Amino acid sequence: MKLQRKNRLRALSLGAVAVTGALTLTACGSDDTGGGSAGGSSAPANSKIDCGDAKGQLLADGSSAQKNAIDAWVKQYTASCKSVQINYKGSGSGAGITAFTQGQVAFAGSDSALKPEEVTASKEVCKGGQGIDLPMVGGPIAVGYNVPGVDSLVLDAKTLALIFDSKITNWNDKAIKALNPDAKLPDLKIQPYHRSDESGTTDNFTKYLIAAAPDNWKYEGGKAWQAKGGQSAQGSSGVAQGVKETKGAISYMELSYAKDGMSTVDIKTGATEPVKATVENATKAISEAQVVGTGKDLALKLNYTPTAEGAYPITLVTYEIVCDKGNKADTLPATKSFLTYIASEDGQGLLADAGYAPMPEEIITKVRSTISGLS
Amino acid sequence: MSNATLSDKRPSTLRAASLPKWFSWAVAAASVALGLGISAALGLESSIQWALIAGVLFVAGTFGIAARVEGKRQAKDRVATSVVWVAFLLAVVPLASLVWETVSRGVKVLDTYFLTHSMGVVADTEPGGGIYHAILGTLEQVGLATLISVPIGVLTAIYLVEYGRGKLAKAVTFFVDVMTGVPSIVAGLFILSTWILILDMGPSGFAGAMALTILMLPVVVRSTEEMLKLVPNELREASLALGVPKWRTILKVVLPTAIGGITTGVMLAVARIAGETAPVLLLVWGSNFINTNPFSDPQASLPMYIYLQYANSGGSGAAYDRAWAAALTLIAFIMILNLAARGIARWKAPKTGR
Amino acid sequence: MDISTTKDTPLPSTPPPPAAEEKRAARGATRPGDRIFLGLSRGSGIFLLAIMAAIAVFLSYRAVLAIGKDEGNFFTTFEWNPTGNPPVFGIAVLAFGTIVSSIIAMAIAVPVAVGIALFITHYAPRKLGGPIAYVVDLLAAVPSIVYGLWGALVLVPQLDGLYGWLNDYLGWTGIFEWQGGAPRSMLTVGILLAIMILPIITNVSREVFRQVPQMHEEAALALGATRWEVIRMAVLPFGRSGVISASMLGLGRALGETMAVAMVLSSSFEINLSLLDPGGGTFAQNIASKFSEATEMGRDALIASGLVLFVITLLVNGAARLIIARRKEFSGANA
Repeated sequence: MKLQRKNRLRALSLGAVAVTGALTLTACGSDDTGGGSAGGSSAPANSKIDCGDAKGQLLADGSSAQKNAIDAWVKQYTASCKSVQINYKGSGSGAGITAFTQGQVAFAGSDSALKPEEVTASKEVCKGGQGIDLPMVGGPIAVGYNVPGVDSLVLDAKTLALIFDSKITNWNDKAIKALNPDAKLPDLKIQPYHRSDESGTTDNFTKYLIAAAPDNWKYEGGKAWQAKGGQSAQGSSGVAQGVKETKGAISYMELSYAKDGMSTVDIKTGATEPVKATVENATKAISEAQVVGTGKDLALKLNYTPTAEGAYPITLVTYEIVCDKGNKADTLPATKSFLTYIASEDGQGLLADAGYAPMPEEIITKVRSTISGLS
Repeated sequence: MSNATLSDKRPSTLRAASLPKWFSWAVAAASVALGLGISAALGLESSIQWALIAGVLFVAGTFGIAARVEGKRQAKDRVATSVVWVAFLLAVVPLASLVWETVSRGVKVLDTYFLTHSMGVVADTEPGGGIYHAILGTLEQVGLATLISVPIGVLTAIYLVEYGRGKLAKAVTFFVDVMTGVPSIVAGLFILSTWILILDMGPSGFAGAMALTILMLPVVVRSTEEMLKLVPNELREASLALGVPKWRTILKVVLPTAIGGITTGVMLAVARIAGETAPVLLLVWGSNFINTNPFSDPQASLPMYIYLQYANSGGSGAAYDRAWAAALTLIAFIMILNLAARGIARWKAPKTGR
Repeated sequence: MDISTTKDTPLPSTPPPPAAEEKRAARGATRPGDRIFLGLSRGSGIFLLAIMAAIAVFLSYRAVLAIGKDEGNFFTTFEWNPTGNPPVFGIAVLAFGTIVSSIIAMAIAVPVAVGIALFITHYAPRKLGGPIAYVVDLLAAVPSIVYGLWGALVLVPQLDGLYGWLNDYLGWTGIFEWQGGAPRSMLTVGILLAIMILPIITNVSREVFRQVPQMHEEAALALGATRWEVIRMAVLPFGRSGVISASMLGLGRALGETMAVAMVLSSSFEINLSLLDPGGGTFAQNIASKFSEATEMGRDALIASGLVLFVITLLVNGAARLIIARRKEFSGANA
């Protein structure tokens, strides 16, 4: 064995550094994806957006349910206010609230209002104030299913509860037949999918089951799925994927996920006609919501058992959570300017296209006045 | 093929009855045909099943025939050979599929625009956008983590193999073992609660790099340790006998001899951390914009980008396409690095007699 | 770059090395170069120790906080509801799932990996062996998130047929019973993990088999051994400790794998005796799934479960160390 007397280690590490360095330094990238050949639709600057003296990077985190809405808003907003970068990470309501109470983010997005202990925790971050809930985005939770040959399906709260509790296990069950006399229901095992992660969508879906079918859904509810049995998958995208690839599957997800390869269930409510899962129908149900927050807090209580014609009962509302007083000085202008925009008519007007429901006029007016008073 | 080379080595006059060279191929062909036939007859759709049937038939057939013709020892040898071949072929299928799927689905949106633009203001559900910001983030975070952990890791391994005998060495060995079991998200949490919450530093690429260092260190130490142990003691003794100081012996004789294995270990460690999603999500935060400075403000990274595109896809094909393209880029990046390191190691490694 | 300075600051004051160590060092390190080098390498060891101690203390502290509030039995409860009132959570399901999926993965991956390693070093024609070794090396570098993506979108749809088959022929055992859901079960996780750790184990095993002294092999061949007998008598005994530590490396990845498992498994908090039916979970997967929505209490509970994973990994590594130590005399390299 003969050895070369050279400093191999140094050469090796130099090589690695050189490769990394070269890759890092030589390439030059661009943030400009607003237009151009790859098909990103360009957004014209909107003169109605008031940038004020907003600038810098705005960090926000929270509900993934409203991620697409925020994306649409950010696109419009950044086109006008080029000096602001809004960085919303949709990692989940819990993570958002935790990041907010730790002072990491300017605002958080959440599918459920702050709990009392979270309000207490927020007081440490909001000097002289506290965290408040501003309802901003609504949306229907669709029940998607994959049953070959069945294009439309009507279910009520009781059947849904029994299906998701693995009490009804076959698509040709009498209870389903009774609601769908015309459908050709196959002899197929039902595969109910739920979320394996904790989720505001699960929370709102089970709240609906608890409110509308209290005798058949005996669980206490919450962000974690409690019933036994059935399939599960990670994230709305995961359950949507699961429903698409499994014959006989059914699951709940935000409306924007329920497409290609599945149909959505029409829900039978107190009204005479079953209600389709659409943005308009969800808006009707959300308009019956009551403000239950106190002071500047605008937390809502949703009505899961609407009886009005065409009001879709399974909905969720996401809140933006900010400090009423004591927001950080360097992010306050940008926060205020962005929130003002998304609560404006323009901002709320974008929602329907993205698969969400705008807030009713009465509520959004209160939101606007609260935002103008943020400090 | 392999049997051919084997039997060539033996003088033909002493050879007992043996099967012809084409024997293995014939049995293989017959088993595949039978496997396909049985599957067709039973109406099995999955390709996994006929492959399994064919594999079992191949091994059993080889043993049966060889045991009759060549005797038990030769039959065992043939079975071992066929088992090894079957193992190889069975393993190739999923791995080849992984590469094929990633490449074929990844090339759809992979172009210069994709590589040189960030996501910017493109929403996750829309087509367009790119991964420049994520590539940059991954390069910087992984680079920083490697720069920190390779020297520390290699030095620790040297300490354990060349010096350590006492309680300290035992403690270090023990904790390296413990460290391999740290779930990545826990490493992330640790840095989060110290660096970001207690020291109030804000999310940055460097915070992520520190968590990645925690994950990378034990892998580097363990693999380097293993490789240093394989260096023959004769080499060390020869060098020391010539009056070379111990530290020079280690640097000039021991390390160069083991450098190939160490490089492989480091590359494995880099691969492990380059694919880490959870700690990066916590600490580097993620961003749709380009940030060249790893020491302040959020950055993106490729695995996080893949995961977020998968999770926030909104069921849109555009996001899945981007996820696959980013996966392809990530693999390509790791492979380039791997090949480069390997090339350097081979070029610099001592020429052995073999 | 100022990494070194930032990195050095948290270094605690060096504790005095044990006496035996000191003596040895004094004997060996007479030259300044030696002393500096020893100092550097020992410093790295101590630094590593300090980080680990800090993490261990931090984790134990948070875990104890969580377990103190747990109203259920932490080890036997089949439920995970740390935000409930009262908080109830237990790791029974996670421990079961983690162990089962790892056993499946190891049972598939280790024999196959050893097979491939032997194939590359001893069976494949030289022209084929080199490139294959290269490809396997590169595959070992594929990040787990890519395996997760592939597992969720490609592998799962492929497994329907295999599951039906297993159910038909082995369903009577109870372990392979299948009720026809999507194949996102523990077995799928095991298979995916096996595919994932296969290149790693192959990689290291191959490296070890290659180190087998040529003389041992030639000696065996000269005695008229067949190729298989050479492998059994010369190659495998020599490589055993290497294969074990390679397997441990793979097992470490299998035990701690997070995202790939979370993307593939249809998890729930129940123990299912059938490997084909959905249900169960693993420590890492549970942490990843539950983390984003977790409150402070929930995070502490997850950390407590992480600590258990810690301990399991430690036991596994300890066992491997013992096996390797017992086999040490066999390793011919330093004879």
